This record gives sequence, C-alpha cells and structure tokens, in this order.
Amino acid sequence: MKLPINVTVNGTPQTHEVEPRLLLVHYLRDVLGLTGTHVGCDTSQCGACTVLLDGAAVKSCTVLAVQADGGSVTTIEGLAEGERLHPLQEGFWERHGLQCGYCTPGMIMTAVDLLRQHPDPTEAQIRDGLEGVLCRCTGYQHIVAAVQDAAQRLKAQ
Amino acid sequence: MFPRPFDYQAPDSLGEALTLLAADPDETKALAGGHSLLPLMKLRLVAPRLLVDLRRLRDELAGVRGADGGLTIGALTTYHTLQADPLVVERCPVLGQVAGAIGDLQVRNRGTIGGSLAHADPAGDLPAVALALDAELEAASQQGRRRIPARDFFQGLYTTALAPGELLTAIHVPGAAARTGAAYAKFRNPASGYAVVGVAALLGLDEGGRIAAARVAVTGVGEVAYRATAAESALVGQTPTAEALAAAAAHAADGVDPLEDLYASGPYRAHLTRLYAGRALTAALERARG
Repeated sequence: MKLPINVTVNGTPQTHEVEPRLLLVHYLRDVLGLTGTHVGCDTSQCGACTVLLDGAAVKSCTVLAVQADGGSVTTIEGLAEGERLHPLQEGFWERHGLQCGYCTPGMIMTAVDLLRQHPDPTEAQIRDGLEGVLCRCTGYQHIVAAVQDAAQRLKAQ
Repeated sequence: MFPRPFDYQAPDSLGEALTLLAADPDETKALAGGHSLLPLMKLRLVAPRLLVDLRRLRDELAGVRGADGGLTIGALTTYHTLQADPLVVERCPVLGQVAGAIGDLQVRNRGTIGGSLAHADPAGDLPAVALALDAELEAASQQGRRRIPARDFFQGLYTTALAPGELLTAIHVPGAAARTGAAYAKFRNPASGYAVVGVAALLGLDEGGRIAAARVAVTGVGEVAYRATAAESALVGQTPTAEALAAAAAHAADGVDPLEDLYASGPYRAHLTRLYAGRALTAALERARG
C-alpha cells in the first residue's frame, strides 16, 4: 500500500506517495533530503529527531509520515530567515551549546516549543523541558545557557 | 528500526473507525498518539496488518468537559492538554500533575490518556491514578457503548476489559467530595522514567476528621496496576495520624508477587511499595485537609 501525503515542510508544500510505515524522520531525511534531523536511537528516547509538527515539538522517529498529512513541519533547516539566524541558533553559537552537534537540532527544535510555552523559563523549566533530548558531549550546562541566552534575545525582540 | 509493512486508514467518523476495528480485530490496532504502539512496532514486537488512525476524530474524542462536578475527558486528550487544563487543575489536580510528568515535552505533545489506559503498561502512571480516582472508562463498539469501572478495567499484562473491536472513547472522573485529596508518588527508573513503583492515593475525611474513603493504587509492581485493598481497609474509619497511615502503607504490597527486573528485586520493590504508599497517603491527607 502507498498513500499520497501533502505536508508543508519549512513553508514549502510537498506531495509524495509513501508507505504507511515510513517514519516522518525518514521522510524528511531520505525523501526530502533534509538531513539536519538526526536518528540517534531506536527507542524514542534520544530526541535527536525532534521537529515541530503543527507547531509542537515531536519525536519524528515516533510519528508516521502519513500522520503528518495535511499538517506543517518545521525542521532545523527552517528556522533561519535567509542569513538571519533564529535567536536559538544565535544562543547556541554564542554560548557554545554544542560539541559534536548531533543532538543540537533536536535541542533547538524542542527549545522552540519550550520557549513558546515558557517565554521566561527558570533553569529548572529549561532542564525539565529538554528532558526528552539526550546529549553525550556537553553535560548540558552550555545548552541550558544557550536557551537562557535565546530567551533573552526573544524577549528583547 | 522500522515496522513491518501494514495497511493504514484514517477514518472520518467514529462509526467508520469501529467498523474497521471490528473487521479483523486480532490484526488491527488503533493509533492515537502512537508513543506506546509505534516503538513496539519499530522493534517488531507487534506487527498489526492494519492501523486505524484516530487523528480525524479529535473533535469528537478529545477535550475536557465538566460533568456533575467531575470531569469527562476524551480519550484522545493529550498529556499536554491535561496538564494545563483549568478544569483539571480545579477538579482533579493530581491528574494534571501526573500527566505533566509523563515522559518528556515531546511525548506529552502526542501521548493520550486513552492510549495509555488502553495499553495498560504494567509500569504506566495513569492506570494507578484511574484506579485511585475510581474513574469510569467509556468504550464504544459496533454493539453500542458501555462504561467500565477502573477496578474492572485493568485485567493483566497489557490486558484490559476492552473487547475485540472495542475502542476507549472517554474517561469519567467523579467529582471529589469535600475534604478529599489525592496524590501520586513515584520512584522513577532513572533511565526510562517509568515507575519502578508508583502509588496513587486518595483520602476523604468526614466532618470529624476521620477517614471516610481511602483508595490506594499501585503500578510498576505487579503485572497490572492494582488496588491495595488491605491498605485501604486499614484506613477507613481511622483517625489519620502518621502512625495510622504508616500502618496501612505497610500492607500496600500484600498479596502481590512483585516483578523482578535488572533494576529492582522483588523484595526491594515490595519495600518501595510500602514506602511510596506512605508518601502518597501523607500527601493526599495534606490535600484533603487543605
């Protein structure tokens, strides 16, 4: 069985025929070539695959592409506006919020949703909000600082 | 890594969904948030031939309504919605608190209360909460609708009272009487976040301050969430002193053969059950008095 899906990805309407078992993360990476979204586990724990689906952060490895039919997806590639980085991208740059970068798209996309829900988050809220994204490199300190930095930038906008 | 092939339908009506679920129930699964089902399918522990996606039924099956001082919660209501819903906060705060602590932010955007209860994971939080609240679970099938009390709903390992082709549609939480408080206390597996032991307790006091109603529900310990009836009997009619709560909590693992796994032995789980029953009861008492 193949089914047609219509998904708006980073503002661009996309139409494809997919198997129902195609995971959203594989649709984004393999069909659309958007490889900024990463696969880091097979247990839905690591969060490296996190994207926004209709504005909410979701683990795209645990969503079928067919479940996104009619919806809109934002990946890490969709955050910047031309040359202008998103405040979270600025924050991760300024506060060195990454080392290998593998979890970083997941961290940033989750933080987009976190900051939407808590525009002025406490440190505890940031750590709680990022529980679903695992980092093996940084020990999370600079990631938290990056999100705090981004929150300040967003408030100043 | 990815599931076996399957067919997929996303019906537009509950009636259509029920027809699809009833056609070949052994090979058909309902898909709600998918955060219990899809991980199992990706590991190929489960391989249904047909998935019936409920996503187009949200208007009918998601949302929180007040009902007779209590709540009617659509089965497709996500944890994210539950944690912040003003009616939940006002009428059943323990439910919002538990929903807000399940998994992580991303999981809470997709996971649903109906999916969790129908899945009946032996270490899931919501079955214990449903038992302690004495909730009623509403189910629909081609034969009609019925309400199943929580205490009859959780029957065994990943097994509920839902018949083949039957779909959980709503959860009814009764209104809380005055001087009633409920709380949930949990020892989390540090990796998965699941309950090694989780206890939901509800205490209702009479006008003299004695315990008129007591419910203690345990998850993570048996093959299925259970009511610790020995602990409950030890509470009803008692003056709620710390000693009385502790004496009752000591019975929270009575009659249960605790699960053993890499993380906790049977005796350790039993010990944790008694400990966390005490903590849940203490917190519930504070809320009943507050």
